[in-house]
Amino acid sequence: MAGTETGPRSVSGSPHDLAGLEAGLDALDAVRVERTPFAKVLLHKVLPPVTAVVLVLVVWKVLVVAEVTDAYKLPDPSAVWHSLKELWLRGTLLDIVWTSVSRGLLGFAAALALGTPLGLLVARVKVVRAALGPLLSGLQSLPSVAWVPAAVIWLGITDGAMYAVILLGAVPSIANGLVSGIDQVPPLYLRAGRTMGATGLSGARHVLLPAALPGYIAGLKQGWAFSWRSLMAAELIASSPDLGLGLGQYLENARTDSDMPGVLLGIILILFVGIAIDLAVFSPLERRVLRTRGLAAAAR
Amino acid sequence: MAPALTTDKTGTAARANSGSAVRIDHVHKSFGRPGAAQPVLDDVSLEVRPGEFVCLLGASGCGKSTLLNLVAGLDRPTAGTIEVPGGRPALMFQEHALFPWLTAGRNIELALRLRGVPRAERRPEAERLLELVRLSGAYGKRVHELSGGMRQRVALARALAQDSQVLLMDEPFAALDAITRDVLHHELTRIWSETSLSVLFVTHNVREAVRLAQRVVLLSSRPGRVARQWAVDIPQPRRIEDAAVADLSVEITEELRGEIRRHGRH
Repeated sequence: MAGTETGPRSVSGSPHDLAGLEAGLDALDAVRVERTPFAKVLLHKVLPPVTAVVLVLVVWKVLVVAEVTDAYKLPDPSAVWHSLKELWLRGTLLDIVWTSVSRGLLGFAAALALGTPLGLLVARVKVVRAALGPLLSGLQSLPSVAWVPAAVIWLGITDGAMYAVILLGAVPSIANGLVSGIDQVPPLYLRAGRTMGATGLSGARHVLLPAALPGYIAGLKQGWAFSWRSLMAAELIASSPDLGLGLGQYLENARTDSDMPGVLLGIILILFVGIAIDLAVFSPLERRVLRTRGLAAAAR
Repeated sequence: MAPALTTDKTGTAARANSGSAVRIDHVHKSFGRPGAAQPVLDDVSLEVRPGEFVCLLGASGCGKSTLLNLVAGLDRPTAGTIEVPGGRPALMFQEHALFPWLTAGRNIELALRLRGVPRAERRPEAERLLELVRLSGAYGKRVHELSGGMRQRVALARALAQDSQVLLMDEPFAALDAITRDVLHHELTRIWSETSLSVLFVTHNVREAVRLAQRVVLLSSRPGRVARQWAVDIPQPRRIEDAAVADLSVEITEELRGEIRRHGRH
């Protein structure tokens, strides 16, 4: 093929030059993926939420100074800070948080172990989907607090009751996430997999499940939120001295003592733990999965 | 006009023919409920010889993609038989269909793995295939980091990784710009001439068909039947702007227009 170059016109048609054309096209078309510089991340991701928190504190302080209501209803931010410091100095702060967080994570792990196979069954077996699909969606809209009385009657005021409430809150979310993840897998991937010989179990392992991962992770994220919410509801309602002091009980104790700084501190801690776990575990996981697939290159 | 399909042709086991890469024998395909079924393919018979490059050409509604799916084994004919003696054919789509959770290299390795290639051989083989489509540096690239043309080249490498004797291509370059398409035509003819691959290539682009194929098969629309065939004896390497390619394209386009006009009359 090297002998085809006869004149200036055919030069551009020689295979050698076609390779050059190809290299040029590749260089022009290739999508450039850039890492955002650290300072920019700081400016766009860290500064706004910090400003928002500071603003809330300022408004709070202004309301306190303006004495819009009685001090026992709206304590000074410094009083809440004082309560936090006191808990820390007594050495109970971490115990309280850990009691709840460990319950929450253990319950979530159990929900994961139950919700995943359940979701697979609902997504892949028609009869199961017809039978359980609507129920699972319905359960998601049922506040899991509604299960607390039943759980307490069945299991007593025990850790078991707490876990039961977490499971009833989180399992539907996780299963539903997996179902919608599987439902949204582009049929093209399944066809491509089948032409390569990925059918049955091998198809599930190499094509279906990895393709469904973004939906599954969204389900996990929501599942954690539901676990944490359900647990706090359960701890608040079914508090007993035998159970160990968690965040819900701490909040309930502060209420019976009419300790408003304690109540606010309890709320802030619950919020803080929810956000921290999401930021530490689920958001990075989700971002990583989306980024490798080119689904969040510009957004994050 | 082809005669209506008679029942004695259905289900008859086609005789074993070692001389063809794909053998489509009186295939009939309709979709929908029995009784109200819409025929898509009507008595299509077609043979692809080993190492042959055949383009299937037709307007929309001629069932060319349906026919390709049948050959790929993704669907079954309503009647008639399809034989692919060399085993499961590889299939390339208009969309690259690469898996976005894997890198370019891993996509190819998955095809190798599903074919049963031992782990140790996969990486060098994937790199060899990437080199074949001139993408040596793309092993670790994610699918979204590649351009449209590069994605189709990785998809081609993945199809080649299946080591099938038959490569089915369903308008694989339709979404690309003209220059990129031209480059890929060149790559495809080069790879085809270097291997013993048989190619069945579906397109609605007459020039593309004439540029690539040894034989162009025109399908009529609704239902799809083989309307006419042309042997293309212009020597490779051809170029899409070659006069001989243009001349034959004009002739085939005229015929295709005639097929389309037929539908405006009723």
